[in-house]
Amino acid sequence: MQARASVQSRRPSMWAIRGPLSRRQYWLFATLGLLVPLALWWGLSSVSAVDKVFMPGPVDVFDRLVQWYAEDELLSDIWISVYRVTSGFLLSALIALPLGLMIGTFRPVQAILEPLTDFIRYMPAVAFIPLVMLWVGIDESSKIAIIWIGTFFQMVLMMAEDVRRVPMAQIEAAQTMGASKGETVTLVIFQAAKPALLDTLRVTMGWAWTYLVVAELVAANSGLGYSILKAQRFLQTDKIFVGIILIGIIGLVMDQLFRLAHRKAFPWQHLKA
Amino acid sequence: MPTKISIQQVGKVFGEGSHRVEALKDVSLDIADNEFVTFVGASGCGKSTLLRIIGGLEYHTSGEVLVDGRPVEGPGADRAMVFQHYSLYPWLTVMENIKFSRRLKHGRESLTSSDVEAASGRADALLSLMGLNAATDAWPNQLSGGMQQRVAIARALMGRPQVLLMDEPFGALDAQTREVMHDLILHVHKLEKPTLAFVTHDVEEAIYLADRVVLMAPRPGRIDTVYQVPLPAEREQDMKHTPEFLALKKEILARIRETSGMKTDQNMLDRLNLDTASL
Repeated sequence: MQARASVQSRRPSMWAIRGPLSRRQYWLFATLGLLVPLALWWGLSSVSAVDKVFMPGPVDVFDRLVQWYAEDELLSDIWISVYRVTSGFLLSALIALPLGLMIGTFRPVQAILEPLTDFIRYMPAVAFIPLVMLWVGIDESSKIAIIWIGTFFQMVLMMAEDVRRVPMAQIEAAQTMGASKGETVTLVIFQAAKPALLDTLRVTMGWAWTYLVVAELVAANSGLGYSILKAQRFLQTDKIFVGIILIGIIGLVMDQLFRLAHRKAFPWQHLKA
Repeated sequence: MPTKISIQQVGKVFGEGSHRVEALKDVSLDIADNEFVTFVGASGCGKSTLLRIIGGLEYHTSGEVLVDGRPVEGPGADRAMVFQHYSLYPWLTVMENIKFSRRLKHGRESLTSSDVEAASGRADALLSLMGLNAATDAWPNQLSGGMQQRVAIARALMGRPQVLLMDEPFGALDAQTREVMHDLILHVHKLEKPTLAFVTHDVEEAIYLADRVVLMAPRPGRIDTVYQVPLPAEREQDMKHTPEFLALKKEILARIRETSGMKTDQNMLDRLNLDTASL
């Protein structure tokens, strides 16, 4: 009897395969995961043997951030980069969404567009820079175009896959209730795919940011990516660190906003068991 | 009773050349208005395919399927279907799922306000009939499998279909829940009077529910035997233990084994026995 009680009260270890982790433990580990690299960085940079050009310390980087803010155009650099990334990203999403829906729903559209998209998505976005300059010019639209090229083709394919994953039984149930083709697409397929589509947007938003530096190779004179490239020329390693970390933080914030929107928009997917 | 569904020399071929599979061959069957027919048979016998052809979700490659004398040319609201799972809309509440057909255009044409009221009353009535009152505003994934299938049945009934097609609807439920669902579906059948075609692999379920049990055989998929169920129209769980019931169950099970093409299994078992004996 006693043995049984003790068995019941024993919680499986968090190191059991897919074992449990309490909220407190989660945050403990998450903080550890962030603090340990930071501490390593600090330690490494404070060893006097390491040149600051190779490895500026957290303090140097923070000082540079303050200086960038006070003496330079940090906020407008951030703003223009956010503008470029979100514009390119939104343009991708706007075109990819209807196309993905069509590819995932109608086989002929899939046959026409999917092999073509698969072919283009392997082309390096960087290599398109001269062509973009030739076709689009060198103003804002060229930077947006690069980000668009980097994200659009991946996005279409992922969205088509999201749409294809809608269970056939949900579609057929609507059909046997008398739904027309249009109603089946708008009232069932699109609604059912929405949560997955938002997740795809979240993931591709991250990719859009990775193309920022590439985009700002094109005749830019402002922006986080541009600043990183300029700092490279002057060997301002600490400024490169600031730029990279800022991009990381902005990306993290946007990712969390997407997750929040997902929880608000699709509460039935976030029910606690 | 007049004929509701007339299946005439229906054939269905999947694939071409060496991949050609004859899923159905020369299947003919008349189902009367308000009749309850169940389909059983070894896997690959085409029972689900036949049901889907009646529903218009699959097309037949030869023969003809008539519902009320008109050939089936695609899915329609007169033939609702209940699937084994994943057919509910997880983003809609139980009530919204049941009322889904009200969102569709064909249901809204020339609708008066009293129609709308009646529909709303019907949704409430179906909710009660299915014992779902407490779950009105729940999402499907908050419900047990049995409750989910109740919602699926209520939703299918909402548009007053004349034919209700059920494709192993209770196949994923546990035995106790299934028994409750059996009496529920018999009650629905008595009350709403749809013609019911029901596919299952559970022979006891097939006999308990049906007026007639259709046994199909594989390679090529065809109707082997049609059994009239020798039980009173009013079914009770106790009837499952009557000699007539047990005799029919034994007969059908034996015939499924015979037609399954798995007679070599005994040889396999003998060989296994020999192998272990020699170890």
